[in-house]
Parts: sequence; C-alpha cells; structure tokens
Amino acid sequence: MRAPGKVLVFGGVLLATFGMLYGLWYALALEHQTLNGMGVSLSRAFAAAAERRSTESEDALAAYGKTKCDYLRQVDVHSHWIGLAMLLIVLGMAFEKVGFAERTRLRLALALLTGSVVFPLGVILETARVGAAASGLAVSGSVLVIGSLAVIAVGFARKRAGDPA
Amino acid sequence: MTVKAISPAPALPVAAMSARRLLTFGGILLIVAGMLFGDLFAVFALHQNAGRMELALLAATQAVAGQNPAAVGQAFAKLADLVENRGTKVDTHVHMTDVGYLALLLALIQPLVALSEGGKKRLAKWFLAGAVLLPVGIFLIHYVGVAYGPTAVIGWASIVADAAGALLILVLSVEAWGLGNFLARRATADPEAELFRETSSWEERALLSGGTLLVLVGFLYGAWYAAGNLKEQEQRETTTLKEMFKPAPGQARSLVSAYSRLQGEKAVEIAAHSHIIEFGILGMLLAFVQPQVRLAPPWKRRSIELFLAGSLVLPLFVLLELKFGLVAGAIADAGGLMVIAALIAMLVGLRRSSNLQAQTGSLA
Repeated sequence: MRAPGKVLVFGGVLLATFGMLYGLWYALALEHQTLNGMGVSLSRAFAAAAERRSTESEDALAAYGKTKCDYLRQVDVHSHWIGLAMLLIVLGMAFEKVGFAERTRLRLALALLTGSVVFPLGVILETARVGAAASGLAVSGSVLVIGSLAVIAVGFARKRAGDPA
Repeated sequence: MTVKAISPAPALPVAAMSARRLLTFGGILLIVAGMLFGDLFAVFALHQNAGRMELALLAATQAVAGQNPAAVGQAFAKLADLVENRGTKVDTHVHMTDVGYLALLLALIQPLVALSEGGKKRLAKWFLAGAVLLPVGIFLIHYVGVAYGPTAVIGWASIVADAAGALLILVLSVEAWGLGNFLARRATADPEAELFRETSSWEERALLSGGTLLVLVGFLYGAWYAAGNLKEQEQRETTTLKEMFKPAPGQARSLVSAYSRLQGEKAVEIAAHSHIIEFGILGMLLAFVQPQVRLAPPWKRRSIELFLAGSLVLPLFVLLELKFGLVAGAIADAGGLMVIAALIAMLVGLRRSSNLQAQTGSLA
C-alpha cells in the first residue's frame, strides 16, 4: 500500500478508535442522565401545564429543548466520526485505483482526513456555545470532505492504461 | 440467470469455505436480511406505530386541557412503551445491516491478517454467530422485558445482545492483533499484489465511482439539511409543544397532528441522508468482491446497475414521502427490493465461484 492509502487507512483506524472511545465515555458518563433528563423535563412540562403552572412548564420545556439539542449533536458527532472513519478505511483500500498522480492522491487523502476530523469537531464545539468559530470549523470541514470526495469520484471513474474492459 | 461456462456442481459445504468467503457470504446475507426486515417494518409497523404514538400524545394534550396531571402520567407511560417498541425495531435493522458491512470489511482485510487459516475460519464463524445474535437480542428486548431477569432493570434479551456485542468486540480485537502481526512481520506472501492492484474492471470502477458519488450526494444533502432545516425544526418543535400546553378548544388534535408531521419530516430526512451514504459505502465494499462474482458479463453489469439504481431510488423516494405519501413509500420499498435482488445475484455469483473452485480443487 502506498502513502495516500496508508494515510487514509491509519487515519481511519485512529479516528474510529477515537470516535468509539468518545461514544463510550459519553454513554458511561452522560447519556443515561441526559436521556432521563429529557423524559423528565417533557413530562414535567406537560404535568405543570395541566396544573396551570405556566412558568414551571415553560422552564421545563426550555430545559427539554436545550438537552435534546445537545444530545442530538453528541450522538451525531459520535456516529459521524465513526462513519467517516469507515469511509476513510474503505477508500484507503481502493485508493490505488484513483486515476491521478501519487502527489494529487496524497493531497486528496490529507484533505479528506482533515475534513473528517474537523467537521464533527466543529459540531461538538457548537454545544459548548463558543460562537461562530465552531460553525466555521464545521462548515470548512464539510467543504473539505465534499470537495475531496467529488474529485475522488472522478478519479475512480477514469479508465487507466492497463484496465480491462 | 445462467452461466454457460460453468456446469452444475454439487453444493459446497460451509466447512470447505475460506474465512474470507464465509465473511463475504455472511456479510451480504446479513445486509439482505437487515434490508428485508427494514422493508417489512416500514410496510407493516412503522406507520401503525406512529398512529398509536399520535393517539397517546393526543391523550396527554387533552389531559393538559382537562387539568388532569394523573392522565398525563398515564399517557407518557404509554408513549415510553411505544418509543421502546419502535426504537428496538429500528436498532435491529441498523445493527443487522451494519454488522453485515463490518463482515464485508473483515473479508476484505483477511489476506492481511497473520493468523492460521483454521484460526481465521473459527473467528469468522464466531463473528457471524455474534452478528446474528446481536440483532435478535435487540429485537426481543421489547417482548421479553425484564421477565425472569437477573436484576430488576436488565432482561435476558439485553444480556444476549450485550454478550453478542462482547463476542464481536473480542473477534475484532483478535483480527486487529493479526493485522498488527502482519504489519510488524510481513508474515505472509505479498497479498497486496492482489488486494491493492491499480487496474480495475468496469464493474469495480462503476461501484467505486458510483459508491463515492452516492456518499457525496448524501453529504451534500446532509449539509443542506443542517444549514436549512435543523434549527428551524428544533424551533418548530418547541413552538408546537408550547401551543399544546394551552390548546384552544378543538385545536388539540390539529396541534398533535402538526407535531407528528414534524417528527415524520425529521425521520424521513435523516433516513434519506443515512441510507444514501450507507449504500455508497456498501457499493465500494462490493467492488472488492467483484473479481470473485462468477456471472455472465451482461448479468454482472445488470446486477451492478440494479444495485446503483436501487441505491438512488430508495433514499430519493423516502424523501418524497413527505409530498407524495404512500405512493412514494411504495416506490422507495421497490428501490430496496432492487438492491436486495442485486445482492442476491452477487451471492449466486459468489456461490458459483466457490463451486467451481471446489471442483477444480483450488479453494481460496
């Protein structure tokens, strides 16, 4: 396997390991409490509304909204890191078949790996309320992933000398 | 489908298969089974379950209007049961197809795993046993509950699912160790020549470029969804829930319908995003098994075209369910069946390849 493929396979394995460890940490440390909190907040909002305690109901609903928003992003980050890692590994195994020069393939591999790390990182930072920088990171990461994938698709479709019909 | 070049051959016993073939067959079978389960769930359970959830939510909203907190509690208990029912079905579908992908990925790296062929076969069988038990355990969680369970909160079905998950982790760890051994010692004769060759057939190019394009479309759609829909839907959910707390007379039903529609909207948009990406990755994985698929060239091409067409039709029409309802849903199911048919055709081709090798005595 040449350097571009190795970048993708080893980067993918590392990213998958990190994504799984992140998920494990979240599941052990926070997920149960978060899910419980979401259910409790929503049922408390309904129950308080039934008792005409509107302030308490609105507070519980706001807590539900914030918890759910954060929870979805945590789950998304975990699944996107692992999903992107799997994509990197599969692409890495086939990267010799991308019909571009070695140097271009290496650049593509590095761009894809960087985007795969940065895009979910930006999403998770959004939950820390660090402002526009987090969104900027997420957007630039996704642009890197999308752009490099588009070029890789063209590379796979190109017929090279020596390819059978 | 016939391949004139191959004469009928006796069935190949599983024991005669290599670890790579076992994982390839098992992986494709798991994906086919997971997709069939998903199709059946979508047709026979998904909408009915959503209807029951809507009724429970309506009961909660009416309890709010009637100032009855006890009835709110009862409605939420019913909702929790329905959510668990739906959740375990979705998880069964997802886990069955995902362990199928993992089996295909393991099949791909088998030449790089420095273990004896006997050891690799045992690992493959354990992996497949865990891959079957995991979704079965998940499916049974809702029905078995905690009856006769060892603790008040964990039932036997959960224990089966967890044990199967642990078995998969164990097998993956040993495979990783074997892979590490290969990288450290370069233990076997250079398998890279076959695995990483630069040339590729039309079938491989079609699946690799088509798969990458499907993933690309999925990412573009995901980016559009995140930028345009995600926050708006979160705000709409909060607003609708607020209105449900103070429903005007006779409005409860329409508010609950609006809330259910929103949940449906989110579900199909996320399903379209994840399905198209998963099919893209599956396409790329299938590219690697094409040299072993023994079908007549026109049939081989048709199976790939069918796979790629179905991979596009299913997520596209899942998305169009929002506008065109059950008609689009039926077309989406047909897309799923196209993918299943293509996978079965590839399985037939792999089986023929195995039979031929058994006859010529050159097993992989």
